[in-house]
Amino acid sequence: MTAAAEGSPAFGMTRARRDALLQSEPVQGFALISPTFLYALILLVLPILVVIAHSFWTQNYLTIDRTFTLENYRIALTEPIYRDLLWRSLYISLTVSFFTVVLAYPIAYFISFHGGRHKSLWLFLITIPFWTSYLLRVMSWKVILGYNGVLNSGLMGLGVIDEPSTALLYNSSAVIITLTHAWAAFAILPIFVSLEKVDRTLVEAAKDLGDGPIRSFLRVTLPLSAPGVISAALIVMIPTVGDYVTPKLVGGKDGVMIANAIQAQFGKASNWPLGAALSVTTMLIVTLIAGATVLILRAAQRLAR
Amino acid sequence: MMAMRRFLANGWLSAYAFLYVVFLYLPVIFLPIFSVNTAATPKFPLSGFTLKWYEDLPRTPALLDAAWNSLVVGVSAAILSTVLGILAARSITRYRYPGRRAINGLIMAPLVLPEIIVAISLLLVILQLGLSLSLFTVVLGHVLVCIPYSMTVLTAGFEGFDRSLEEASADLGESAFGTFRRVTLPMVAPAIISSLLVCFTISLDEFLIAFFLTGTEATLPIYIWGQLRFASKLPGVLALGTLLLAASFLLMTVAEILRRRAAKRTQNEGGLYA
Repeated sequence: MTAAAEGSPAFGMTRARRDALLQSEPVQGFALISPTFLYALILLVLPILVVIAHSFWTQNYLTIDRTFTLENYRIALTEPIYRDLLWRSLYISLTVSFFTVVLAYPIAYFISFHGGRHKSLWLFLITIPFWTSYLLRVMSWKVILGYNGVLNSGLMGLGVIDEPSTALLYNSSAVIITLTHAWAAFAILPIFVSLEKVDRTLVEAAKDLGDGPIRSFLRVTLPLSAPGVISAALIVMIPTVGDYVTPKLVGGKDGVMIANAIQAQFGKASNWPLGAALSVTTMLIVTLIAGATVLILRAAQRLAR
Repeated sequence: MMAMRRFLANGWLSAYAFLYVVFLYLPVIFLPIFSVNTAATPKFPLSGFTLKWYEDLPRTPALLDAAWNSLVVGVSAAILSTVLGILAARSITRYRYPGRRAINGLIMAPLVLPEIIVAISLLLVILQLGLSLSLFTVVLGHVLVCIPYSMTVLTAGFEGFDRSLEEASADLGESAFGTFRRVTLPMVAPAIISSLLVCFTISLDEFLIAFFLTGTEATLPIYIWGQLRFASKLPGVLALGTLLLAASFLLMTVAEILRRRAAKRTQNEGGLYA
Protein backbone atom coordinates (compact mmCIF):
# COMPACT_ATOMS: atom_id res chain seq x y z
CA MET A 1 0.00 0.00 0.00
CA THR A 2 2.68 2.48 1.03
CA ALA A 3 4.66 1.55 -2.06
CA ALA A 4 1.93 2.91 -4.25
CA ALA A 5 1.55 6.06 -2.17
CA GLU A 6 5.26 6.86 -1.91
CA GLY A 7 6.08 6.08 -5.50
CA SER A 8 3.82 8.84 -6.82
CA PRO A 9 6.27 10.70 -9.08
CA ALA A 10 7.32 7.55 -10.89
CA PHE A 11 9.70 9.35 -13.23
CA GLY A 12 11.58 11.32 -10.64
CA MET A 13 12.38 8.31 -8.54
CA THR A 14 16.09 7.85 -7.83
CA ARG A 15 17.68 4.47 -8.31
CA ALA A 16 18.43 4.10 -4.61
CA ARG A 17 14.81 4.73 -3.70
CA ARG A 18 13.61 2.27 -6.28
CA ASP A 19 15.99 -0.37 -4.90
CA ALA A 20 14.73 0.29 -1.42
CA LEU A 21 11.20 -0.14 -2.69
CA LEU A 22 12.05 -3.43 -4.36
CA GLN A 23 13.68 -4.62 -1.19
CA SER A 24 10.60 -3.83 0.79
CA GLU A 25 8.40 -5.79 -1.60
CA PRO A 26 9.17 -9.19 -0.03
CA VAL A 27 8.50 -7.75 3.40
CA GLN A 28 5.15 -6.35 2.34
CA GLY A 29 4.13 -9.52 0.55
CA PHE A 30 5.06 -11.64 3.52
CA ALA A 31 3.30 -9.33 5.98
CA LEU A 32 0.14 -9.52 3.90
CA ILE A 33 0.08 -13.31 3.72
CA SER A 34 1.16 -13.90 7.32
CA PRO A 35 -2.34 -14.09 8.92
CA THR A 36 -3.41 -16.83 6.52
CA PHE A 37 -0.03 -18.51 6.79
CA LEU A 38 -0.20 -18.47 10.60
CA TYR A 39 -3.74 -19.85 10.49
CA ALA A 40 -2.56 -22.80 8.41
CA LEU A 41 0.47 -23.29 10.66
CA ILE A 42 -1.52 -23.29 13.89
CA LEU A 43 -4.54 -25.25 12.68
CA LEU A 44 -2.93 -27.64 10.23
CA VAL A 45 0.82 -28.11 10.76
CA LEU A 46 0.76 -27.97 14.55
CA PRO A 47 -2.17 -30.43 14.85
CA ILE A 48 -0.48 -32.88 12.48
CA LEU A 49 2.68 -32.66 14.61
CA VAL A 50 0.56 -33.36 17.70
CA VAL A 51 -0.90 -36.43 15.96
CA ILE A 52 2.59 -37.66 15.10
CA ALA A 53 3.68 -37.15 18.73
CA HIS A 54 0.65 -39.08 20.00
CA SER A 55 1.42 -41.98 17.72
CA PHE A 56 4.54 -42.66 19.82
CA TRP A 57 2.71 -42.53 23.17
CA THR A 58 0.41 -44.93 25.01
CA GLN A 59 -3.14 -44.62 26.26
CA ASN A 60 -3.40 -45.32 29.98
CA TYR A 61 -7.14 -45.35 30.59
CA LEU A 62 -7.91 -41.65 30.84
CA THR A 63 -4.35 -40.36 30.72
CA ILE A 64 -1.63 -40.50 28.10
CA ASP A 65 1.68 -42.12 28.97
CA ARG A 66 4.35 -40.03 27.22
CA THR A 67 7.20 -42.52 27.10
CA PHE A 68 8.38 -43.20 23.57
CA THR A 69 7.16 -46.45 22.05
CA LEU A 70 6.70 -48.02 18.62
CA GLU A 71 4.04 -50.40 19.91
CA ASN A 72 1.20 -48.53 18.11
CA TYR A 73 2.96 -48.89 14.78
CA ARG A 74 3.56 -52.58 15.44
CA ILE A 75 -0.18 -52.98 16.01
CA ALA A 76 -1.11 -50.85 13.00
CA LEU A 77 1.13 -52.79 10.63
CA THR A 78 0.87 -56.36 11.94
CA GLU A 79 -2.62 -56.78 13.47
CA PRO A 80 -4.66 -58.51 10.75
CA ILE A 81 -7.68 -56.18 11.12
CA TYR A 82 -5.70 -52.99 10.56
CA ARG A 83 -3.48 -54.52 7.89
CA ASP A 84 -6.56 -55.70 5.97
CA LEU A 85 -8.27 -52.33 6.36
CA LEU A 86 -5.18 -50.52 5.09
CA TRP A 87 -4.89 -52.82 2.09
CA ARG A 88 -8.55 -52.52 1.29
CA SER A 89 -8.46 -48.72 1.56
CA LEU A 90 -5.49 -48.63 -0.79
CA TYR A 91 -7.10 -51.06 -3.22
CA ILE A 92 -10.34 -49.05 -3.24
CA SER A 93 -8.65 -45.69 -3.69
CA LEU A 94 -6.37 -46.96 -6.47
CA THR A 95 -9.31 -48.57 -8.29
CA VAL A 96 -11.40 -45.43 -7.87
CA SER A 97 -8.66 -43.15 -9.17
CA PHE A 98 -8.05 -45.48 -12.14
CA PHE A 99 -11.73 -45.46 -13.12
CA THR A 100 -12.29 -41.75 -12.54
CA VAL A 101 -9.27 -40.85 -14.67
CA VAL A 102 -10.12 -43.29 -17.48
CA LEU A 103 -13.76 -42.18 -17.54
CA ALA A 104 -12.87 -38.50 -17.22
CA TYR A 105 -10.24 -38.33 -19.96
CA PRO A 106 -12.61 -38.56 -22.96
CA ILE A 107 -14.85 -35.90 -21.41
CA ALA A 108 -11.96 -33.54 -20.79
CA TYR A 109 -10.76 -34.25 -24.35
CA PHE A 110 -14.21 -33.65 -25.78
CA ILE A 111 -14.60 -30.31 -23.98
CA SER A 112 -11.11 -29.12 -24.80
CA PHE A 113 -11.02 -30.15 -28.49
CA HIS A 114 -14.69 -30.08 -29.47
CA GLY A 115 -16.25 -27.83 -26.84
CA GLY A 116 -16.18 -24.83 -29.13
CA ARG A 117 -17.91 -21.80 -27.69
CA HIS A 118 -19.61 -23.82 -24.97
CA LYS A 119 -16.47 -24.88 -23.09
CA SER A 120 -17.26 -23.04 -19.89
CA LEU A 121 -20.89 -24.15 -19.99
CA TRP A 122 -19.78 -27.79 -20.21
CA LEU A 123 -17.34 -27.30 -17.33
CA PHE A 124 -20.07 -25.67 -15.27
CA LEU A 125 -22.50 -28.52 -16.01
CA ILE A 126 -19.94 -31.06 -14.90
CA THR A 127 -18.83 -29.32 -11.72
CA ILE A 128 -22.31 -28.43 -10.42
CA PRO A 129 -23.20 -31.88 -9.00
CA PHE A 130 -19.85 -31.85 -7.24
CA TRP A 131 -20.87 -28.74 -5.27
CA THR A 132 -23.89 -30.45 -3.80
CA SER A 133 -23.44 -32.11 -0.45
CA TYR A 134 -21.14 -35.10 -0.46
CA LEU A 135 -23.26 -36.76 2.20
CA LEU A 136 -26.38 -36.36 0.05
CA ARG A 137 -24.70 -37.84 -3.01
CA VAL A 138 -23.59 -40.89 -1.03
CA MET A 139 -27.09 -41.13 0.42
CA SER A 140 -28.63 -41.13 -3.05
CA TRP A 141 -26.46 -44.11 -4.00
CA LYS A 142 -27.78 -45.90 -0.95
CA VAL A 143 -31.29 -45.15 -2.23
CA ILE A 144 -30.36 -46.47 -5.67
CA LEU A 145 -28.51 -49.63 -4.69
CA GLY A 146 -30.56 -50.66 -1.64
CA TYR A 147 -32.52 -53.92 -1.28
CA ASN A 148 -35.81 -52.08 -1.76
CA GLY A 149 -34.03 -49.44 -3.80
CA VAL A 150 -34.41 -47.78 -7.16
CA LEU A 151 -32.30 -50.20 -9.19
CA ASN A 152 -33.81 -53.37 -7.72
CA SER A 153 -37.41 -52.17 -7.98
CA GLY A 154 -36.76 -50.76 -11.44
CA LEU A 155 -35.22 -53.99 -12.73
CA MET A 156 -38.04 -56.03 -11.20
CA GLY A 157 -40.59 -53.73 -12.79
CA LEU A 158 -38.95 -54.33 -16.16
CA GLY A 159 -38.96 -58.06 -15.55
CA VAL A 160 -35.16 -58.37 -15.70
CA ILE A 161 -34.94 -59.95 -12.24
CA ASP A 162 -37.53 -61.79 -10.14
CA GLU A 163 -36.43 -60.87 -6.65
CA PRO A 164 -34.31 -57.99 -5.29
CA SER A 165 -30.57 -58.53 -5.47
CA THR A 166 -28.58 -58.13 -2.25
CA ALA A 167 -25.34 -57.99 -4.21
CA LEU A 168 -25.66 -54.28 -5.02
CA LEU A 169 -25.25 -52.63 -1.63
CA TYR A 170 -22.94 -53.14 1.36
CA ASN A 171 -19.76 -54.29 -0.32
CA SER A 172 -16.59 -52.72 -1.68
CA SER A 173 -18.00 -52.46 -5.23
CA ALA A 174 -20.73 -50.17 -3.91
CA VAL A 175 -18.01 -48.06 -2.29
CA ILE A 176 -16.02 -47.95 -5.54
CA ILE A 177 -19.06 -46.93 -7.65
CA THR A 178 -20.09 -44.23 -5.19
CA LEU A 179 -16.60 -42.77 -4.89
CA THR A 180 -16.03 -42.87 -8.65
CA HIS A 181 -19.19 -40.82 -9.06
CA ALA A 182 -18.37 -38.45 -6.22
CA TRP A 183 -14.86 -37.56 -7.45
CA ALA A 184 -15.56 -37.34 -11.19
CA ALA A 185 -15.32 -33.56 -11.41
CA PHE A 186 -12.02 -33.57 -9.54
CA ALA A 187 -10.49 -35.74 -12.27
CA ILE A 188 -11.92 -33.83 -15.24
CA LEU A 189 -10.61 -30.38 -14.31
CA PRO A 190 -6.85 -31.06 -14.12
CA ILE A 191 -6.95 -33.16 -17.32
CA PHE A 192 -8.91 -30.42 -19.08
CA VAL A 193 -6.39 -27.77 -18.00
CA SER A 194 -3.44 -29.77 -19.33
CA LEU A 195 -5.25 -30.55 -22.60
CA GLU A 196 -5.91 -26.83 -23.06
CA LYS A 197 -2.15 -26.26 -22.91
CA VAL A 198 -1.43 -28.80 -25.69
CA ASP A 199 -0.16 -26.86 -28.69
CA ARG A 200 -2.65 -27.61 -31.47
CA THR A 201 -0.03 -27.03 -34.17
CA LEU A 202 1.93 -30.05 -32.87
CA VAL A 203 -1.10 -32.27 -33.41
CA GLU A 204 -1.50 -30.80 -36.90
CA ALA A 205 2.18 -31.41 -37.60
CA ALA A 206 1.90 -35.07 -36.59
CA LYS A 207 -1.06 -35.46 -38.93
CA ASP A 208 0.78 -33.69 -41.78
CA LEU A 209 3.71 -36.03 -41.28
CA GLY A 210 1.44 -39.01 -41.84
CA ASP A 211 0.24 -40.02 -38.36
CA GLY A 212 -3.39 -41.12 -38.25
CA PRO A 213 -5.73 -39.66 -35.63
CA ILE A 214 -5.04 -42.49 -33.19
CA ARG A 215 -1.26 -42.41 -33.57
CA SER A 216 -1.10 -38.63 -33.31
CA PHE A 217 -3.23 -38.84 -30.18
CA LEU A 218 -1.03 -41.54 -28.61
CA ARG A 219 2.26 -39.89 -29.55
CA VAL A 220 1.45 -36.20 -29.13
CA THR A 221 -1.72 -35.36 -27.24
CA LEU A 222 -1.62 -38.09 -24.59
CA PRO A 223 2.03 -37.60 -23.53
CA LEU A 224 1.60 -33.84 -23.47
CA SER A 225 -1.44 -34.12 -21.22
CA ALA A 226 0.31 -36.53 -18.82
CA PRO A 227 0.80 -33.88 -16.09
CA GLY A 228 -2.97 -33.46 -15.92
CA VAL A 229 -3.47 -37.21 -15.74
CA ILE A 230 -0.93 -37.44 -12.90
CA SER A 231 -2.51 -34.68 -10.86
CA ALA A 232 -6.00 -36.04 -11.50
CA ALA A 233 -4.93 -39.47 -10.24
CA LEU A 234 -3.35 -37.97 -7.11
CA ILE A 235 -6.17 -35.55 -6.37
CA VAL A 236 -8.61 -38.49 -6.34
CA MET A 237 -6.39 -41.10 -4.71
CA ILE A 238 -5.16 -39.18 -1.67
CA PRO A 239 -8.51 -38.05 -0.23
CA THR A 240 -10.39 -41.26 -1.05
CA VAL A 241 -8.00 -43.40 1.02
CA GLY A 242 -9.29 -41.65 4.12
CA ASP A 243 -12.95 -41.59 3.19
CA TYR A 244 -15.31 -42.17 6.09
CA VAL A 245 -18.86 -41.45 4.91
CA THR A 246 -19.03 -43.74 1.88
CA PRO A 247 -17.86 -46.97 3.53
CA LYS A 248 -20.07 -46.22 6.52
CA LEU A 249 -23.22 -45.68 4.42
CA VAL A 250 -22.86 -48.10 1.50
CA GLY A 251 -19.89 -50.29 2.46
CA GLY A 252 -21.45 -52.63 5.02
CA LYS A 253 -19.08 -55.10 6.70
CA ASP A 254 -17.06 -55.86 3.58
CA GLY A 255 -16.55 -52.23 2.66
CA VAL A 256 -15.16 -50.86 5.94
CA MET A 257 -12.10 -48.68 5.39
CA ILE A 258 -9.26 -47.41 7.54
CA ALA A 259 -10.96 -44.09 8.34
CA ASN A 260 -13.73 -45.99 10.12
CA ALA A 261 -11.12 -47.69 12.31
CA ILE A 262 -9.43 -44.36 13.00
CA GLN A 263 -12.76 -42.85 14.01
CA ALA A 264 -13.43 -45.79 16.32
CA GLN A 265 -10.14 -45.18 18.15
CA PHE A 266 -11.10 -41.58 18.78
CA GLY A 267 -14.65 -42.52 19.68
CA LYS A 268 -15.77 -45.74 21.34
CA ALA A 269 -12.43 -47.52 21.65
CA SER A 270 -10.85 -44.32 22.99
CA ASN A 271 -7.27 -45.17 22.15
CA TRP A 272 -5.93 -41.90 20.75
CA PRO A 273 -2.32 -43.03 20.27
CA LEU A 274 -3.40 -46.04 18.21
CA GLY A 275 -5.75 -43.84 16.18
CA ALA A 276 -2.87 -41.41 15.67
CA ALA A 277 -0.52 -44.19 14.56
CA LEU A 278 -3.15 -45.47 12.10
CA SER A 279 -3.53 -41.94 10.70
CA VAL A 280 0.22 -41.44 10.32
CA THR A 281 0.63 -44.87 8.71
CA THR A 282 -2.16 -44.07 6.25
CA MET A 283 -0.58 -40.72 5.37
CA LEU A 284 2.86 -42.30 4.89
CA ILE A 285 1.56 -45.13 2.70
CA VAL A 286 -0.51 -42.71 0.61
CA THR A 287 2.55 -40.52 0.13
CA LEU A 288 4.61 -43.53 -0.95
CA ILE A 289 1.96 -44.78 -3.37
CA ALA A 290 1.45 -41.26 -4.71
CA GLY A 291 5.19 -40.96 -5.33
CA ALA A 292 5.24 -44.35 -7.04
CA THR A 293 2.25 -43.38 -9.22
CA VAL A 294 4.00 -40.21 -10.34
CA LEU A 295 7.17 -42.16 -11.23
CA ILE A 296 5.26 -44.85 -13.15
CA LEU A 297 3.18 -42.36 -15.13
CA ARG A 298 6.27 -40.27 -15.93
CA ALA A 299 8.09 -43.37 -17.17
CA ALA A 300 5.08 -44.26 -19.32
CA GLN A 301 5.07 -40.73 -20.67
CA ARG A 302 8.73 -41.03 -21.66
CA LEU A 303 8.12 -44.41 -23.33
CA ALA A 304 5.28 -43.00 -25.38
CA ARG A 305 7.45 -40.32 -26.97
CA MET B 1 -14.80 -40.58 -46.27
CA MET B 2 -12.49 -38.57 -44.03
CA ALA B 3 -15.29 -36.19 -43.05
CA MET B 4 -17.57 -39.11 -42.40
CA ARG B 5 -15.05 -40.79 -40.14
CA ARG B 6 -14.42 -37.57 -38.25
CA PHE B 7 -18.12 -37.09 -37.76
CA LEU B 8 -18.44 -40.63 -36.42
CA ALA B 9 -15.53 -40.15 -34.03
CA ASN B 10 -16.99 -36.87 -32.77
CA GLY B 11 -20.42 -38.48 -32.65
CA TRP B 12 -19.11 -41.17 -30.33
CA LEU B 13 -17.43 -38.56 -28.15
CA SER B 14 -20.55 -36.41 -27.97
CA ALA B 15 -22.69 -39.43 -27.12
CA TYR B 16 -20.22 -40.40 -24.42
CA ALA B 17 -20.19 -36.85 -23.05
CA PHE B 18 -23.98 -36.88 -22.91
CA LEU B 19 -24.08 -40.25 -21.10
CA TYR B 20 -21.42 -39.08 -18.68
CA VAL B 21 -23.42 -36.01 -17.72
CA VAL B 22 -26.46 -38.26 -17.21
CA PHE B 23 -24.34 -40.49 -14.94
CA LEU B 24 -23.28 -37.41 -12.97
CA TYR B 25 -26.82 -36.09 -12.50
CA LEU B 26 -28.92 -39.25 -12.26
CA PRO B 27 -28.22 -40.19 -8.62
CA VAL B 28 -28.81 -36.62 -7.49
CA ILE B 29 -32.12 -36.40 -9.37
CA PHE B 30 -33.60 -39.32 -7.42
CA LEU B 31 -33.66 -37.23 -4.24
CA PRO B 32 -36.25 -34.68 -5.47
CA ILE B 33 -38.23 -37.41 -7.26
CA PHE B 34 -38.71 -39.54 -4.16
CA SER B 35 -39.16 -36.54 -1.87
CA VAL B 36 -42.59 -35.91 -3.45
CA ASN B 37 -43.56 -39.59 -3.59
CA THR B 38 -46.26 -40.81 -1.19
CA ALA B 39 -44.52 -44.12 -0.37
CA ALA B 40 -42.25 -44.20 2.67
CA THR B 41 -39.56 -46.20 0.86
CA PRO B 42 -37.89 -44.95 -2.31
CA LYS B 43 -38.78 -47.52 -4.99
CA PHE B 44 -40.44 -47.82 -8.38
CA PRO B 45 -43.20 -47.60 -9.45
CA LEU B 46 -43.93 -44.17 -7.95
CA SER B 47 -47.09 -44.27 -5.87
CA GLY B 48 -48.36 -40.70 -6.01
CA PHE B 49 -47.53 -37.03 -5.59
CA THR B 50 -47.47 -35.40 -2.15
CA LEU B 51 -45.89 -32.43 -0.41
CA LYS B 52 -46.50 -33.78 3.08
CA TRP B 53 -42.81 -34.59 3.70
CA TYR B 54 -42.01 -30.94 3.05
CA GLU B 55 -44.89 -29.76 5.24
CA ASP B 56 -43.53 -31.80 8.16
CA LEU B 57 -40.11 -30.14 7.99
CA PRO B 58 -40.93 -26.80 9.69
CA ARG B 59 -42.66 -28.71 12.50
CA THR B 60 -39.43 -30.38 13.58
CA PRO B 61 -37.69 -28.23 16.24
CA ALA B 62 -34.41 -30.21 16.04
CA LEU B 63 -34.28 -29.53 12.32
CA LEU B 64 -34.86 -25.80 12.77
CA ASP B 65 -32.06 -25.68 15.35
CA ALA B 66 -29.74 -27.49 12.94
CA ALA B 67 -30.66 -25.10 10.12
CA TRP B 68 -29.92 -22.09 12.35
CA ASN B 69 -26.59 -23.62 13.44
CA SER B 70 -25.65 -24.27 9.82
CA LEU B 71 -26.46 -20.68 8.94
CA VAL B 72 -24.35 -19.29 11.79
CA VAL B 73 -21.41 -21.59 11.02
CA GLY B 74 -21.67 -21.00 7.27
CA VAL B 75 -21.77 -17.21 7.49
CA SER B 76 -18.89 -17.07 10.00
CA ALA B 77 -16.76 -19.52 8.02
CA ALA B 78 -17.46 -17.70 4.75
CA ILE B 79 -16.50 -14.29 6.13
CA LEU B 80 -13.38 -15.49 7.97
CA SER B 81 -12.05 -17.60 5.11
CA THR B 82 -12.73 -14.89 2.53
CA VAL B 83 -10.88 -12.27 4.62
CA LEU B 84 -7.92 -14.63 5.04
CA GLY B 85 -8.23 -15.56 1.36
CA ILE B 86 -8.16 -11.91 0.24
CA LEU B 87 -4.96 -11.24 2.18
CA ALA B 88 -3.23 -14.34 0.83
CA ALA B 89 -4.45 -14.01 -2.76
CA ARG B 90 -3.46 -10.35 -2.89
CA SER B 91 -0.02 -11.19 -1.52
CA ILE B 92 0.47 -14.08 -3.97
CA THR B 93 -0.63 -12.18 -7.07
CA ARG B 94 0.92 -8.79 -6.23
CA TYR B 95 4.29 -9.51 -4.60
CA ARG B 96 7.33 -11.65 -5.32
CA TYR B 97 9.25 -13.00 -2.36
CA PRO B 98 11.18 -16.14 -1.38
CA GLY B 99 9.08 -18.95 0.08
CA ARG B 100 5.98 -17.71 -1.72
CA ARG B 101 5.32 -21.04 -3.44
CA ALA B 102 5.93 -23.06 -0.28
CA ILE B 103 3.51 -20.91 1.73
CA ASN B 104 0.93 -21.13 -1.03
CA GLY B 105 1.36 -24.92 -1.07
CA LEU B 106 0.79 -25.11 2.68
CA ILE B 107 -2.35 -22.97 2.52
CA MET B 108 -3.73 -25.09 -0.33
CA ALA B 109 -2.81 -28.40 1.38
CA PRO B 110 -6.21 -29.13 2.99
CA LEU B 111 -7.56 -29.56 -0.54
CA VAL B 112 -5.59 -32.77 -1.05
CA LEU B 113 -5.39 -34.10 2.51
CA PRO B 114 -7.82 -36.82 3.55
CA GLU B 115 -10.53 -34.96 5.49
CA ILE B 116 -10.37 -37.43 8.34
CA ILE B 117 -6.74 -36.42 8.99
CA VAL B 118 -7.67 -32.73 9.15
CA ALA B 119 -10.60 -33.55 11.44
CA ILE B 120 -8.86 -35.81 13.94
CA SER B 121 -5.71 -33.69 14.18
CA LEU B 122 -7.79 -30.60 14.99
CA LEU B 123 -9.83 -32.67 17.44
CA LEU B 124 -6.71 -33.85 19.27
CA VAL B 125 -5.33 -30.31 19.64
CA ILE B 126 -8.64 -28.88 20.81
CA LEU B 127 -9.06 -31.63 23.40
CA GLN B 128 -5.43 -31.26 24.50
CA LEU B 129 -5.89 -27.55 25.03
CA GLY B 130 -8.92 -28.34 27.17
CA LEU B 131 -11.23 -26.33 24.89
CA SER B 132 -14.76 -27.61 24.69
CA LEU B 133 -16.22 -28.65 21.35
CA SER B 134 -18.80 -26.25 19.98
CA LEU B 135 -19.94 -24.55 16.80
CA PHE B 136 -16.90 -22.30 17.19
CA THR B 137 -14.53 -25.25 16.77
CA VAL B 138 -16.53 -26.32 13.70
CA VAL B 139 -15.99 -22.84 12.22
CA LEU B 140 -12.23 -23.15 12.86
CA GLY B 141 -12.15 -26.40 10.90
CA HIS B 142 -14.37 -25.15 8.10
CA VAL B 143 -12.24 -22.03 7.58
CA LEU B 144 -9.22 -24.27 7.11
CA VAL B 145 -10.86 -26.27 4.29
CA CYS B 146 -12.57 -23.22 2.75
CA ILE B 147 -9.44 -21.07 2.36
CA PRO B 148 -8.05 -23.09 -0.62
CA TYR B 149 -11.32 -22.61 -2.53
CA SER B 150 -11.49 -18.94 -1.58
CA MET B 151 -7.87 -18.54 -2.74
CA THR B 152 -8.63 -20.19 -6.10
CA VAL B 153 -11.57 -17.90 -6.79
CA LEU B 154 -9.78 -14.76 -5.57
CA THR B 155 -6.40 -15.28 -7.28
CA ALA B 156 -8.30 -15.72 -10.55
CA GLY B 157 -10.05 -12.41 -9.79
CA PHE B 158 -6.87 -10.59 -8.76
CA GLU B 159 -4.74 -11.91 -11.61
CA GLY B 160 -4.86 -9.78 -14.71
CA PHE B 161 -5.77 -6.92 -12.44
CA ASP B 162 -3.91 -3.94 -13.84
CA ARG B 163 -1.63 -2.39 -11.26
CA SER B 164 -1.28 0.82 -13.26
CA LEU B 165 -4.86 1.67 -12.31
CA GLU B 166 -3.87 1.76 -8.64
CA GLU B 167 -0.76 3.74 -9.49
CA ALA B 168 -2.85 6.20 -11.48
CA SER B 169 -5.17 6.63 -8.53
CA ALA B 170 -2.21 7.25 -6.23
CA ASP B 171 -0.72 9.70 -8.72
CA LEU B 172 -3.97 11.59 -8.74
CA GLY B 173 -3.62 12.09 -5.01
CA GLU B 174 -5.74 9.32 -3.55
CA SER B 175 -4.52 7.86 -0.25
CA ALA B 176 -3.57 4.19 -0.02
CA PHE B 177 -6.85 3.35 1.71
CA GLY B 178 -8.81 5.52 -0.72
CA THR B 179 -7.20 3.74 -3.66
CA PHE B 180 -8.11 0.38 -2.17
CA ARG B 181 -11.71 1.43 -1.48
CA ARG B 182 -12.39 3.29 -4.72
CA VAL B 183 -10.28 1.42 -7.29
CA THR B 184 -9.24 -2.02 -6.06
CA LEU B 185 -12.36 -3.05 -4.19
CA PRO B 186 -14.95 -2.30 -6.90
CA MET B 187 -12.92 -4.27 -9.41
CA VAL B 188 -12.51 -7.36 -7.25
CA ALA B 189 -15.94 -7.17 -5.57
CA PRO B 190 -17.52 -9.87 -7.77
CA ALA B 191 -14.66 -12.25 -6.95
CA ILE B 192 -15.08 -11.53 -3.24
CA ILE B 193 -18.82 -12.19 -3.30
CA SER B 194 -18.20 -15.32 -5.34
CA SER B 195 -15.70 -16.50 -2.70
CA LEU B 196 -18.21 -15.80 0.09
CA LEU B 197 -20.87 -17.88 -1.68
CA VAL B 198 -18.50 -20.77 -2.45
CA CYS B 199 -17.26 -20.91 1.15
CA PHE B 200 -20.79 -20.72 2.55
CA THR B 201 -21.85 -23.60 0.31
CA ILE B 202 -18.89 -25.75 1.32
CA SER B 203 -19.55 -25.12 4.99
CA LEU B 204 -23.28 -25.78 4.57
CA ASP B 205 -22.59 -29.17 2.97
CA GLU B 206 -19.54 -30.23 4.98
CA PHE B 207 -20.12 -33.24 7.19
CA LEU B 208 -16.99 -34.95 8.48
CA ILE B 209 -15.20 -32.05 10.15
CA ALA B 210 -18.44 -30.84 11.72
CA PHE B 211 -19.14 -34.41 12.88
CA PHE B 212 -15.82 -34.58 14.76
CA LEU B 213 -15.57 -31.01 15.99
CA THR B 214 -19.08 -30.20 17.19
CA GLY B 215 -20.26 -30.67 20.74
CA THR B 216 -23.97 -31.19 21.25
CA GLU B 217 -25.15 -28.78 18.55
CA ALA B 218 -25.85 -30.32 15.14
CA THR B 219 -25.47 -28.73 11.72
CA LEU B 220 -27.80 -29.83 8.90
CA PRO B 221 -25.57 -32.63 7.53
CA ILE B 222 -25.13 -33.97 11.07
CA TYR B 223 -28.89 -33.86 11.60
CA ILE B 224 -29.35 -35.80 8.34
CA TRP B 225 -26.72 -38.32 9.43
CA GLY B 226 -28.61 -38.91 12.66
CA GLN B 227 -31.91 -39.38 10.82
CA LEU B 228 -30.43 -41.91 8.39
CA ARG B 229 -30.51 -44.55 11.12
CA PHE B 230 -34.30 -44.58 11.04
CA ALA B 231 -35.78 -46.00 7.84
CA SER B 232 -39.12 -44.31 8.58
CA LYS B 233 -37.46 -40.87 8.57
CA LEU B 234 -36.10 -41.30 5.05
CA PRO B 235 -38.76 -39.32 3.11
CA GLY B 236 -38.23 -36.32 5.40
CA VAL B 237 -34.48 -36.60 4.88
CA LEU B 238 -35.04 -36.74 1.11
CA ALA B 239 -37.18 -33.58 1.29
CA LEU B 240 -34.55 -31.78 3.38
CA GLY B 241 -31.82 -33.05 1.08
CA THR B 242 -33.69 -31.69 -1.93
CA LEU B 243 -33.90 -28.25 -0.32
CA LEU B 244 -30.16 -28.37 0.45
CA LEU B 245 -29.41 -29.41 -3.13
CA ALA B 246 -31.49 -26.54 -4.47
CA ALA B 247 -29.71 -24.09 -2.15
CA SER B 248 -26.24 -25.30 -3.19
CA PHE B 249 -27.21 -25.22 -6.85
CA LEU B 250 -28.54 -21.68 -6.61
CA LEU B 251 -25.57 -20.35 -4.62
CA MET B 252 -23.02 -21.92 -6.95
CA THR B 253 -24.75 -20.62 -10.06
CA VAL B 254 -24.72 -17.08 -8.70
CA ALA B 255 -21.08 -17.51 -7.64
CA GLU B 256 -20.16 -18.73 -11.13
CA ILE B 257 -21.90 -15.81 -12.85
CA LEU B 258 -20.12 -13.35 -10.55
CA ARG B 259 -16.79 -15.09 -11.05
CA ARG B 260 -17.14 -14.77 -14.81
CA ARG B 261 -18.15 -11.16 -14.55
CA ALA B 262 -15.07 -10.54 -12.38
CA ALA B 263 -12.80 -12.22 -14.92
CA LYS B 264 -14.33 -10.23 -17.77
CA ARG B 265 -14.05 -6.96 -15.87
CA THR B 266 -10.36 -7.25 -15.04
CA GLN B 267 -9.59 -8.50 -18.54
CA ASN B 268 -11.40 -5.63 -20.24
CA GLU B 269 -9.82 -3.01 -18.03
CA GLY B 270 -6.43 -4.59 -18.51
CA GLY B 271 -6.89 -4.60 -22.26
CA LEU B 272 -7.88 -0.97 -22.26
CA TYR B 273 -4.80 0.23 -20.44
CA ALA B 274 -2.19 -2.29 -21.56
